[in-house]
Amino acid sequence: MIRSDIIKELASTIKDTLTVCNIGLPSQEMHMIDDQPSNFYMLGTMGLASSIGLGLALAQKSKVLVIDGDGSVLTNMGTLPTIANNVADNYVLLIIDNGSYGSTGDQPTYAGKLTSLTKVAEACGCKNVIECKAEDTVQVVKDALAGDEMTVIVSKCESGNIKVPVITMDPVVIRDRFMKTVAAQNA
Amino acid sequence: MSVDNVIIDGFVNNKVEFITTVPCKQLGGVIDAAEKHPDIYHIPSNKEDEGMGLCAGAFMGGKRSAIIMQNTAIGVTINTLVTLTQYYRMPLPMLISYRGELGEPVACQAEMAVHTKALLAQLNIPTYHFHKQSDADEFDKILKYTFMCNKPVAILTDASFWGGY
Ligand SMILES: Cc1ncc(C[n+]2csc(CCOP(=O)(O)OP(=O)(O)O)c2C)c(N)n1
Ligand SMILES: [Mg+2]
Repeated sequence: MIRSDIIKELASTIKDTLTVCNIGLPSQEMHMIDDQPSNFYMLGTMGLASSIGLGLALAQKSKVLVIDGDGSVLTNMGTLPTIANNVADNYVLLIIDNGSYGSTGDQPTYAGKLTSLTKVAEACGCKNVIECKAEDTVQVVKDALAGDEMTVIVSKCESGNIKVPVITMDPVVIRDRFMKTVAAQNA
Repeated sequence: MSVDNVIIDGFVNNKVEFITTVPCKQLGGVIDAAEKHPDIYHIPSNKEDEGMGLCAGAFMGGKRSAIIMQNTAIGVTINTLVTLTQYYRMPLPMLISYRGELGEPVACQAEMAVHTKALLAQLNIPTYHFHKQSDADEFDKILKYTFMCNKPVAILTDASFWGGY
């Protein structure tokens, strides 16, 4: 399974969940497969999906799912101690670990070599860290969203990409409809 | 009232409830005051661009946010300021210690100081410079301006403002 297979399987489960989607193909795939106002698409700013999601989770009550990538977590590794030390029990971080910078053509990352993001997250102090196979990801995400504990999921999958169109929606439109959804869920 | 409390009261009076910080010697007092204030959620970040991501999320979650950082961080935040804060049109007050100005004992700090205003100008970031303590009288208006126009806004605070080193 590759990232797009996971996102395809995940779409119906997270339809109404506030979802912060990582830059590049994760956002583009989510947008193509099931565009929802509850999705916040990152059009740039590699690395900050987990930080945006944490700020969002700390600021309001609704559950927040972040669909992140191994390369992006590596580039913003400082995010994991911040997550561990600012517990938000409505926060689920899903790191789709395909061992590559998928969006730029699958150049290998260190997460696909000797570095375990699961162990890094644990060493940073994150309490619920679950490493799973791609095939089990949907169930693990479902359980995490149904529970009331901050969870970091590292989903190990194969690298590889499908053809997807870029997102042409204006960033202010993405933000505006997302914020309206956040406000409605907290009303 | 101490200048640290003037700043923190300004934030609180403008409903800024979420503040991220990376320390600078000059900012020690104001960071301490943020940590102690019951109406502020203080979340230290490990790098300033990470902090701006946290602020963006908190803002979308309905909480006004701000960052407190040193001017040496402007370089590492340019991509975030441009592709997140400005591109999605989010307000972000940035209280920045302006190291490398008059009275600076650390020579290396002068190196970023000479680029600070030029970089902010290049990014079209409204920039205010607090040199005397009375300059903080404008802090309230600057915050109101920031949340009116949905832009990142820089408040440079130099050593004279904080009362020396
Ligand atoms: C600062 C910066 N450097 C490089 C890039 C190019 N870039 C965009 S997405 C990406 C790969 C992200 O990899 P990962 O987080 O593992 O996600 P994947 O695409 O593999 O799902 C890179 C390198 C960028 N957008 N910004
Ligand atoms: Mg990857």
